[in-house]
Amino acid sequence: METLFFSIVAAIAILMSILVIRCKNPINSALSLIMTFFCLATLYVMLEAPFMAAIQVIVYAGAIMVLIVFVIMLLNIRTESGRRTQHALFLGAATGLFLLFQTWYFLSRSSLTGAKGAIDSAAIAKVGHTELIGQSLFTEFLLPFEITSILLLAAIVGAVVLAKKKV
Amino acid sequence: MVSLHSYLILSAILFSIGTIGVLTRRNAIVIFMCIEMMLNAVNLTFIALSKYLGNLDGQIFVFFVMTVAAAEAAVGLALMIAFFKNRESIDVEDLNLMKW
Repeated sequence: METLFFSIVAAIAILMSILVIRCKNPINSALSLIMTFFCLATLYVMLEAPFMAAIQVIVYAGAIMVLIVFVIMLLNIRTESGRRTQHALFLGAATGLFLLFQTWYFLSRSSLTGAKGAIDSAAIAKVGHTELIGQSLFTEFLLPFEITSILLLAAIVGAVVLAKKKV
Repeated sequence: MVSLHSYLILSAILFSIGTIGVLTRRNAIVIFMCIEMMLNAVNLTFIALSKYLGNLDGQIFVFFVMTVAAAEAAVGLALMIAFFKNRESIDVEDLNLMKW
């Protein structure tokens, strides 16, 4: 049952991601990408990461995609002016397929090694996923968390400066 | 129980589709969306490995990747608006000022 559900969600995710790169209209691409994000959020729930699923929907499908759709509508771009040449299309597709083959090859020959941690389904059900993430984030990863705040500040200032009338 | 291998293969497929999109599309916003898709494919890898290794560190990394993606979205879209003001287009073929 779980495998069937995974197959359906994975098929929708792959179909929608193909639509992202095939649609002529950027708005259609953006909507397909939102659907891909929802499929990934579903997979995160299956992987016992409900907090990650929540912020996937809120931050990605909510904030970032709203920003992208907003810019597409603001600039009023409907379709692409022209396609790339056949050579560029062929080379791009060949590179992507080669990358896929390479990752598939290495994944099929490798196995999961390394020390197993203490977090399992029982621990997540007992303590709660969000609490575990919070504990880890505010103790072990406190410095990266603070650096992230500086990054966000720099991004805000940069975006305002770039979007000003006269730089 | 879905195997770890299935998740990693799905992630590889999404990443490759994103790569093809980046290399074959001309619209800068679509290229940007393909990059977001590649970031999401990597996030799926992190979360799947985090579950199968019983360690939450991978999910913290996903948290940081999402933050960086949000910052990237803000700055990248501001850059596109600035470019559109100058050239009236967001086609990457028109970004040829530094082309030799």
